[in-house]
Amino acid sequence: MSTTLRIVIAKPGLDGHDRGAMVVARALRDAGHEVIYTGLRRTPAQIVRIVLDEDAAYLGLSSLSGAHAHLFPKTCELLSAAGLNDVVVFGGGIIPEPDHEQLYASGVRALFGPGTPSSEIQSFLTTAASRIKAGEAIGCGGNSKWNWTEE
Amino acid sequence: MTPAATLTAAIAGERRALARSLSLFENGELTDSNLMAIIESRGETLDSTVLGITGAPGVGKSCLINRVVQSWSEQGHRVAVIAVDPTSPITGGALLGDRIRMSNADSEDNVFFRSIATRKHGGSVPSVVRGMLEILAACGWSRCIVETVGAGQGEIRVAAVADRIVLVEAPHRGDSVQAEKAGLIELADLIVINKSDLDGAKKTADEIRHALEAATIPTPPILLASATTGDGVEALMESIDSLKVSDFAARTRARESMRAAWDMCLLNSPNFEEQIDNIVAGNTTIDEALEKLRDD
Repeated sequence: MSTTLRIVIAKPGLDGHDRGAMVVARALRDAGHEVIYTGLRRTPAQIVRIVLDEDAAYLGLSSLSGAHAHLFPKTCELLSAAGLNDVVVFGGGIIPEPDHEQLYASGVRALFGPGTPSSEIQSFLTTAASRIKAGEAIGCGGNSKWNWTEE
Repeated sequence: MTPAATLTAAIAGERRALARSLSLFENGELTDSNLMAIIESRGETLDSTVLGITGAPGVGKSCLINRVVQSWSEQGHRVAVIAVDPTSPITGGALLGDRIRMSNADSEDNVFFRSIATRKHGGSVPSVVRGMLEILAACGWSRCIVETVGAGQGEIRVAAVADRIVLVEAPHRGDSVQAEKAGLIELADLIVINKSDLDGAKKTADEIRHALEAATIPTPPILLASATTGDGVEALMESIDSLKVSDFAARTRARESMRAAWDMCLLNSPNFEEQIDNIVAGNTTIDEALEKLRDD
């Protein structure tokens, strides 16, 4: 069995659609991880507090409201400001392709759209964990340029 | 940073070091003896109380805790919550969803909220919680709350960690004979019937009261409240705040603490999983496996 990771799955902003977040949370649970679900409509500051108190190493952000271009970078920025620049951030939901570059630049390491098999998210986590082990700074405030599109 | 240095930083007030220390203890990288040495070197007596909130799944433990946290944090207390959810016995994974009902836990500096999974431990409160509470107390969190896994009638492990136990009940959870049964209900220092906005809450309270009044132990306060509407919450808080740390249950408390420590020894023994494999494969009996673990 792979190592158990602590992963926060969060719903930032005014977005009531949590089916996708729940499916991902469930898939990661079944992959043997401890998944903390935040519930709906959390602010970036609240999400940072949750990641901090829960001592989670990974944060998945789900957005279907169109506000990802503001909320994802803001969350990464606040994580770094709180000294949590080693937390690995990934995102999902409805995130149009043209927005991806900007989100990767802000510290998000992977974006998963509709139709992603849950095994791909698990592969991302496994790869991320081995890169961290190798000393690469792939947290939201790290200097690595890696993101999941390269794989 | 070494585990001991992390704990020292936590005691000095660093929030992330506290979160990390709790993980270190949960993962066995900080031991009880580390803990005691560091905490004792602080030289102050720590004033911290632990309220256990238990009850069946879905009776409204999380929602009521939200109210308790709100009330205490408004009074200026530093409130920490440890909320336990079950680990899958099949995959080892867990979905920890207790904080979705506690939005104030995500914004206030004087509230600390930690979700934990039962991991290898059976029962409603894993053995590591005791040490985690000691860490929180050492870091100045004077009011601690433990939310158990949705617990059945015989799940009394919460007595190992809590000074005071609140049992949460809800209407329509069985006939009057349920209230006559022994177990968890006898250890409660206070019983609250949540969802008092629903029909049948008063009847449930009456049935429990009648059952307990026939017993030889003192009857705890039995209150009605609704975490959703806020009805009865003020009276509940007054009652919680005036609860004395009960001593008639001291023996039970000690017994559960011993059992928790014993479980921890068993689960931490290096060959535990190997012996389970042997039993499943039919290579050994449970008695032989226990003997081997004792010898290790």
